[in-house]
Amino acid sequence: MKIFKNISILLITALIFTACSNDDDNNPEPVEEQEVITTLTATLTPVGGGKTITLESKDLDGNGPNTPVITVSGPLEANTTYNASLELLNETESPAESINEEIEEKDDDHQFFYQITNNLATLNYADFDSNNKPLGLEFSLTTTTVTGSGFLTITLRHEPNKNASGVSDGNIENAGGETDIQAVFSISVQ
Amino acid sequence: MKHYLILVMVSCIINFTHSQNCEQNLFGSIQDFHDGTPIIGATVYIKTLNKYTTSDINGKFTIKNLCNGNLVLIVSHLACETQHVKIQIKGDTHYEINLEHHTEELNEVKIDGSATRKLTKTSQETLLKNDVIERYSASNLGDVLKQVSGVSSINTGNSIVKPVINGLHSSRVITNVNGVRLQDQEWGIEHAPSIDLNMAGSISVIKGSNALAYGGDAIGGVIVLNPSNISIKDSLYGKTIINGQTNGRGYNLTSSLTKTWQKGWYINSQGTLKRSGDFKTTNYNLTNTGLNSKGVSLNTGYKTFEQGFNVYYSYLNNEIGILRTSHIGNIDDLVNAINTRQPLVIENFSYRINAPRQEITHKIIKTEFYKRFKKFGKLKLHYDFQKNQRFEYDIRRGSDRDLPAIDLTLKTHTLKSNLKMDSNINSIYNLGVNLSFQNNFANPDTGIRRLIPDFDKFDFGVFAISNFKLNDKINLDLGLRYDFNKIDAKKFYIATRWEERGYNVDFSNLIIDDLGTQLLTNPVFKYHNISASAGISHQFNDNNSVIINYGLSNRAPNPSELFSDGLHQSTARLELGDLRLEQETSNRFSATYQFKNNGLSVNLEGFANHISDYIFIKPTGTELTIRGAFPVWGYSKTDALLFGLDITANYTLNENWFLSNKSAFIKGRNLDKKEALIDIPSFKTVNSLRYYNKKWLNFNTELQSELVLRQNDFPNNNFETFIPSTQNFVLVDISSPPSAYHLMHFESDITLKLSKKTNLNIGLNITNIFNSSYREYLNRLRYFADDLGRNFMLQLKLNY
Repeated sequence: MKIFKNISILLITALIFTACSNDDDNNPEPVEEQEVITTLTATLTPVGGGKTITLESKDLDGNGPNTPVITVSGPLEANTTYNASLELLNETESPAESINEEIEEKDDDHQFFYQITNNLATLNYADFDSNNKPLGLEFSLTTTTVTGSGFLTITLRHEPNKNASGVSDGNIENAGGETDIQAVFSISVQ
Repeated sequence: MKHYLILVMVSCIINFTHSQNCEQNLFGSIQDFHDGTPIIGATVYIKTLNKYTTSDINGKFTIKNLCNGNLVLIVSHLACETQHVKIQIKGDTHYEINLEHHTEELNEVKIDGSATRKLTKTSQETLLKNDVIERYSASNLGDVLKQVSGVSSINTGNSIVKPVINGLHSSRVITNVNGVRLQDQEWGIEHAPSIDLNMAGSISVIKGSNALAYGGDAIGGVIVLNPSNISIKDSLYGKTIINGQTNGRGYNLTSSLTKTWQKGWYINSQGTLKRSGDFKTTNYNLTNTGLNSKGVSLNTGYKTFEQGFNVYYSYLNNEIGILRTSHIGNIDDLVNAINTRQPLVIENFSYRINAPRQEITHKIIKTEFYKRFKKFGKLKLHYDFQKNQRFEYDIRRGSDRDLPAIDLTLKTHTLKSNLKMDSNINSIYNLGVNLSFQNNFANPDTGIRRLIPDFDKFDFGVFAISNFKLNDKINLDLGLRYDFNKIDAKKFYIATRWEERGYNVDFSNLIIDDLGTQLLTNPVFKYHNISASAGISHQFNDNNSVIINYGLSNRAPNPSELFSDGLHQSTARLELGDLRLEQETSNRFSATYQFKNNGLSVNLEGFANHISDYIFIKPTGTELTIRGAFPVWGYSKTDALLFGLDITANYTLNENWFLSNKSAFIKGRNLDKKEALIDIPSFKTVNSLRYYNKKWLNFNTELQSELVLRQNDFPNNNFETFIPSTQNFVLVDISSPPSAYHLMHFESDITLKLSKKTNLNIGLNITNIFNSSYREYLNRLRYFADDLGRNFMLQLKLNY
């Protein structure tokens, strides 16, 4: 008899457990991704006046299937130096959140890299981290007499090895770390 | 009931008071507990009278001229254990004694606590005993199981080791711990079984789905871990094992203490602490591969032949570092990693465990009651509750730095009952029912979209199994099982993903809320699964025996296969489930041939497993985001065929020298695409030479050669991707398996007798003696780094 008493206690306990854990019909709350970077905008202002050029890569669905939308406002001028700055946004939030601050705060953990094909321009870092290593939110782009078209790739690496060979000169090869942003712009120089 | 133990001899003592009249008679009858048949020729010993009598052809006996008062008989019968029976004599007394004479066959209560037996008679089962488990005390469950031919592992580094049985793993393998089916988010490859193997006194590996009592969906097999048998006698004993190893500078301490009482009570407590820092390959440190593990378990109860109960609690906390260099950003980084063949991050040795890392806590509470009924059988009731808490930490930016990227809590309640009708030892029936409820909660505070959604899951199962002993040489087992699963999830999809998958066409009725960029959906799926098994074993003669069996099983897709959706940060891949997946159906045929004579024993296990709608994950291409391109791994299904042969052979040269071989050959075919299946273990053979000398303090030493060939049958899932930094298309070679490798291992130990009850065993093991560098096909981190280099391990084992 005792055993059956024990068994019934067990059964009842189990039922209570089951009943308790089944009482929430509430819908889960959505997660707004916090570390998403949806938009990268490079603003290139010619030194000494002229037409400002903007390059933008925008991927509003984050890790969703849609590919980023790339826009380039126009061609670059030959024989011109542009002062450039980058703006990074998370536009899934409203108002859009700027990611620049976060990068500036942890500037030694970040570095941008620029690669351009067909020798269309040379790029130089214009801002540096607390260890005087390049960061790259600000840079200059100088075109020469070479004209034509090619690709400009902007890459942000998180926790790169800034001391590795060539990294301070903007060579991405030995940088390591993880890629936070990678945008490829089709540009031309006229 | 406290009176009946198991046995056959009878002795008795009469406590009588001198003043009474002593003319009473005791009319006793002795019968079998199971079927009530009289037991003939049992010895009844009345101690104080120093008298013997025996039961007659009807199982009856009479003792005359007794005084009123208490009488203790000791009853015995061939092959049974002595039973003490206390009888109160008050006038002429009739008394019935039930003896149990099938103990051995039923594998029930044991007196000496030492014998461990297989759980099945007609399955491909391998039993690992205490000594093997103790040797692997510092390792993972997956490592010790590799001692079984045909069992390999799929690894994420060297601390996350998942057992693979005949090519199948994760949800296709059931892990059963002291009667509890482990519910620890076993679906993921980087989710190792949450178990401290030191709690086990024996581990059984049953290949295939024939052991239906454990579940109907074990298409791969079942792993059963049971605590050491409890002896029914007054005793107190314990065990402590201390390990130290050079690779990872790890140490491990495990200790257990058991107290038992003759009346049937017992209590056992056990604890393990394990710690290790960064492991090392031949040439470099594996940065951030440390491990910190704590486990305790408590097992207590009351156990007699007729009834008993068990209460079990276990707690395990594992903190596991994931190789730092395997955390990558996008496909460029993956290409870099594959091409450089060397980790990009190599730091000095440290015990620190940084992101990426996992922290898993698993708790089990279980209660179980059983009661035997005369001439009928045994009824068992079981309830368990499990809570699995999984945190995965990634390298994150800013204020989210210390937040986990994955935070899942899985709670499971299981209620089950089974009735084993064993009154006729030649035809045993086992009927069972189980009911379970599971709730998964994915914490939204991670700030990262849920990889696995919130869900409730209900399972209901009933089974009937019969074991027939046709004669001394032939056993036949038949089983049937039905399972119903219902999963009710609430999941957010990115609107664009919902469309890209075409769900807007097929599943638009699932949407319960439209948030613009995200859709909340409520998928509810139900599955009906039928499983069946049939097995026959035939012992032809002393040397030869054969087992043949067939298993049909169904497995419903798990939450990961259905719902995975998102960037799995730690593996830098987008994983996509598929709502359209249906259950897998496996038809497995297997045959075992065993040969045994004085010197040689050979065990050949062959199998062929046809699985319809086999669910697997494979790379399907890349998807471009602002962070660059990511490889996409999608779940898909195919009809598959797996077949193979597992060989175990032992040869005794003389009383000191032993040779053994374990080999496993397996092929997996994707029948739809007519190509090889992904992630199938390659051919492996382990040969060992052992020397043992009892005179030299039980000196035991073994040299092992492990040869693993390259997997030449693999699907080519390589693809090209555009690398912006070089403006080239490059081939991403994620398919090619690594080269063959050969490792040598060494083991040795001696046992010192410190006192009558205390033994000290000292062991020295060396793995990868020649410090060879190698990579293993079934290690997911093989793209990023080599596998482990040489390791020396010293083990002290104290039994007291």
